[in-house]
Amino acid sequence: MIDNTFTTLRSGQAVPGRQIPQVTLEEFQRTVVDAVADGQRVAAFFGDAPTSTGKVHLYAILSDSGRGVLRVGTVTLDSDQFPSLTPVCPQVHLFEREIAEQYGVCPEGHPWLKPVRFHASCRPGHDAWGRQPGETSLIGVMDFYRVEGEEIHEVAVGPVHAGIIEPGHFRFQCHGEQVFHLEISLGYQHRGVERALVGGPTKRTIHALEAVVGDTSIGHSTAYCQAVEALADCQLPIRAQALRGIALELERLANHTGDLSALAGDVGFLPTASYCGRIRGDFLNLTALLCGSRFGRGMIRRGGVGFDLDESRTTEFLARLEAAYRDVANAADLLWDSASVQARFEGTGAVTRELGLSLGLVGPAARACGIECDARNDFPAGIFRFTHIPLSTWQTGDVFARAYVRWLEIRRSVAFIKSQLQEIPDGPVWTRPKAPKPDHLVVSLVEGWRGEICHVAMTDAQGCIARYKIVDPSFHNWMGLAIAVRDQQISDFPLCNKSFNLSYCGHDL
Amino acid sequence: MLQVTLARLKQGHRTIPYPARPPVLPDRFRGLPVVDSSKCPDGCSACAEACPTDAISMDKRGFRLDLGRCLFCTDCMQACPEGAIRYSQEYRFATRTRDDLIYDGRTLNLAAALDEKTRRLFGRSLKLRQVSAGGSGACEADLNVLGTVVFDLGRFGIQFVASPRHADGLVVTGPVSENMRSALLETYAAIPAPKVVIAVGAEAISGGIFRGHSDVHDGCCSLLPVDLFIPGWPPHPMTILDGLLRLLGRLEQDPMRVG
Repeated sequence: MIDNTFTTLRSGQAVPGRQIPQVTLEEFQRTVVDAVADGQRVAAFFGDAPTSTGKVHLYAILSDSGRGVLRVGTVTLDSDQFPSLTPVCPQVHLFEREIAEQYGVCPEGHPWLKPVRFHASCRPGHDAWGRQPGETSLIGVMDFYRVEGEEIHEVAVGPVHAGIIEPGHFRFQCHGEQVFHLEISLGYQHRGVERALVGGPTKRTIHALEAVVGDTSIGHSTAYCQAVEALADCQLPIRAQALRGIALELERLANHTGDLSALAGDVGFLPTASYCGRIRGDFLNLTALLCGSRFGRGMIRRGGVGFDLDESRTTEFLARLEAAYRDVANAADLLWDSASVQARFEGTGAVTRELGLSLGLVGPAARACGIECDARNDFPAGIFRFTHIPLSTWQTGDVFARAYVRWLEIRRSVAFIKSQLQEIPDGPVWTRPKAPKPDHLVVSLVEGWRGEICHVAMTDAQGCIARYKIVDPSFHNWMGLAIAVRDQQISDFPLCNKSFNLSYCGHDL
Repeated sequence: MLQVTLARLKQGHRTIPYPARPPVLPDRFRGLPVVDSSKCPDGCSACAEACPTDAISMDKRGFRLDLGRCLFCTDCMQACPEGAIRYSQEYRFATRTRDDLIYDGRTLNLAAALDEKTRRLFGRSLKLRQVSAGGSGACEADLNVLGTVVFDLGRFGIQFVASPRHADGLVVTGPVSENMRSALLETYAAIPAPKVVIAVGAEAISGGIFRGHSDVHDGCCSLLPVDLFIPGWPPHPMTILDGLLRLLGRLEQDPMRVG
């Protein structure tokens, strides 16, 4: 059944703000709940509080991947409360907490209403927890979910972890080795990214987007450029689209290879750990061959790309890609052929398809439990409108599945890059960008290596960014990790964690 | 087992011959910028205006670039009407003081070694605790890379350790979010003296692209006594390694001239 309460749009299609249907709170919530029951997913659910109205507006972006469209609707809140949808629609749990913290409105009946990033509400005098201005709690100082009992013990880890890794706090409720519950409390990386984008684009904007998530510079800067290009009716040269696709897949190759290394390391299988650790660098160096930066900084620019490939560079690129692929294939095969590795991967941290759907998981974590979702296929933009990368899924939802899906995707990405380079169209790689149109909204989706990156940009009457919402795939998936370790041994937590490899800064923004 | 052995032969020996031989860097690598101020037209400040982090100033002394803020992007280069700015392949630019990062486009005071006494303690064995304080994950990634077989950091006696109690120093990344300030200071306090502090990347040194946000502290310099500044966004692993080895007095310390 197609509900017409919300308006339908494609990823990368700018629509005038007045076309976004203003609905009642009841209609808004019913549409979201019905859509999720219909198999759609909440790609973004966020607030805005323009000074012109002084009220809080909620926006929901629903992803209807079966039909390849997005649905968007908005509601204006009349009070500082609204009924929580989380009890009937678990995948909005974190979105509702975020809205509560940012705008001081309370989703009543939310089962676990806690701050997300521990900052003050952007509407002074409005606080979802009834705190006075200046009273915001210190990060991590709050009640955690507790399991009571004589033989229960609690393990607290972080924010500073044992390795070179971003900070976050993990609180386990354990019975011996067995994990009954894990609560993940983040927010330590909060830098105020979204707020700083308001008023843009400025000379800082593209760089800030490259640093939202440092290991996903290409993914996030592509999502941003797609958004502002759509707002300006900017058509990208086809060669630029191909180069963006190549850069995006290179980012996937480097990170997936790094993840295979980390997973091997966590089960003490040093050959693949050290080979893939090195080969990850080979893929990063390929990105540097393209644009000078191992993390793709400077590659994606409004109107196209910052660097082109000439013939001799393409030849070198292909030769090095081929060599890195041979090495990663050899190193990955060791994993699948080693019984000691498989014994640790298989059955560990399994998430069922039903649970994955209900939590709204995205990316390899979703595909590993058989959920067929991939923004490159479902909402193709840029080069992916012309070339399709076959979807890689697995059914078991465990650490093995998350590792194996990465390996399948490595193969697909290498094949994609090779075919693109062999038939890359001639022409310019950049076109002068125009100014964004005033009073428009655009949703831009990119399948980053962690999953669906969703950016929503809204412009004001001058064509400046009035609200910029970033949803990193990690925002959907952290709860998946917490669920995956239930009833597992706590010693398997690092392995489960690596199999998700989520971003802290992408969540904390 | 046979398969593992065959794979070992196939993958080969991959540790780079550095420092016996210089590292091989990609031709588009953006190392230390080189500036020919003689080309600057009077009153032109196109580069300074284009810089996303306001790292460039043009005063009566001429061109000044704060490497601690520099993102090594191409905005200034593209804005310059005279083509006076270009990137060199120079990967060595870590310094011991914040002031040394203010660069005139020609010469730079590279990091000098620790004093004799500290060097005797740490010169052949330096254990570091890393804290990401709002870091985006890129600086962290290129610190992690030093542990791969390519760089094999351990062969220099440098190692990242889990506990601050086991560490001789602290490596900071990120602009220091308010939410990480206390954890960062507590980690520093837990490291036994004498200890060194190393700031890695534009964000840790100056806040980088997040400079001025009310949620961050514009880097760790106002909170901790930094002994080594490693600029970059993120710094190349070779820039980090070079800085660490210089701090330990294991490389030449002459002021460098590029061009």
